Amino acid sequence: MRHRIPFALCAALLPGTVLAANLNVSIEVPRIDVAEYHRPYVAVWLEREDKSVAANLSVWYQQKKAAPAATGGAPAAAPNPAGGVKWLPDLRQWWRRSGRELQLPVDGVSGATRAPGEHALSFNSDKGGALANLPAGQYKLVVESAREEGGRELIDIPFQWPVKQAQQLKAKGERELGAIVLDVKP
Amino acid sequence: MKIFLKTMVLAAICLPLTATAHKQWLAPSKTVLNVGQWVTFDAGVSTDPFVRDNNAARVENLVITAPDGSVVLPENSATGKLRATFDLQLQQAGTYKVAIVNSSVGASWDDNGQTKRWPARGTTFTAEGFAKEVPANAKDLKVTQSIGRIETFVTAGKPNTTALKPTGKGLELVQVTGFNDLYSGEPATFQFLLDGKPAADVEVEAIADGTRYRNAINEIELKTDKDGRFTINWSQPGLYYLSASVSDDKAEKPATQRRSSYTATFEVLSP
Repeated sequence: MRHRIPFALCAALLPGTVLAANLNVSIEVPRIDVAEYHRPYVAVWLEREDKSVAANLSVWYQQKKAAPAATGGAPAAAPNPAGGVKWLPDLRQWWRRSGRELQLPVDGVSGATRAPGEHALSFNSDKGGALANLPAGQYKLVVESAREEGGRELIDIPFQWPVKQAQQLKAKGERELGAIVLDVKP
Repeated sequence: MKIFLKTMVLAAICLPLTATAHKQWLAPSKTVLNVGQWVTFDAGVSTDPFVRDNNAARVENLVITAPDGSVVLPENSATGKLRATFDLQLQQAGTYKVAIVNSSVGASWDDNGQTKRWPARGTTFTAEGFAKEVPANAKDLKVTQSIGRIETFVTAGKPNTTALKPTGKGLELVQVTGFNDLYSGEPATFQFLLDGKPAADVEVEAIADGTRYRNAINEIELKTDKDGRFTINWSQPGLYYLSASVSDDKAEKPATQRRSSYTATFEVLSP
């Protein structure tokens, strides 16, 4: 209780600034035993109550590959000058809510696809970026996954911003996503 | 005999657009894409929408409007027995309108108990031909102007509305809910315009793809409100055939009545 008043004061005196807070997200890309496995495309974002996008946190898709240098030796992977942007609309919700309006790649958001396993993402409102100017409110962390020759899955975890107390929130996918863990810390 | 004649005349009136109960449709391979991607379209005429089992549609009057409003040409056009096809590369970001716009005039009259029609199938109306071939004092003369639009829409990246601007001629559909922003479980609202003005009390029919794999057509029947609007609930994802027509007397001479029809194909995604 001792802290409440200065908190409220700070917020009132400095509108637009929210106190430092951390969002640590762990996303499990499940190991799927199929003959032809391709790593999934995954998008991670914060959704407002009206389903609009408050912040894009991450999108993993196949990156551009340059043509191999003509030096002989082991054959390099096939060049892919456009990368996999062609398949980004398969992340249907993400594409609809923000992907289709972005100029890709987006610094700090775009990244390569990831192998099965747990992947940690960390966001801190002090360090600028997505959370720096996030107004107070009810949000959802949304994770969407789409896989070539596979399925699609979308999972969300609601949370309150700004963060009042440390909390661990969990959700679990059925097939295309494994455990999703959201650690919020004031 | 009188009833028979009336039926014949009625049939003749309907002939230019609905020679049979067949539906003309455009079927896009996808409607929500990224810039640079290719999309392909089939165009056919059949009893059930999107079932390629009757005839290719005529695509001579195909007009593709790009997101900047310019007209672009299809590629790899071909006409098969059961469907016509063409490709399009979405080089611009935004929404493309793909439309087949048909316009015709046809006359029918009673010539000593026989129903005569002009112009003959496969030939086109000309003012000279009309003056020469159609007796001005023919019995039960009906001259019908038909305006028909068969449309679909595809979007690369972020949708825009430049290509969707109505022409103000005949029956046209305007988006309230985005044409390429349709999801099952989310109601969508569109508006019909007739000559650019809201078309009230128009009966609208929508049919989901896949009639071949179910026992009932399950058509959705709706009516536009006083503002020409209607709201549709997509029960399932997939392609939908949407159609409406209006008859009135606002025909261009020498026609005395006019039939305006509109058909569109929409893709509904799962949310």
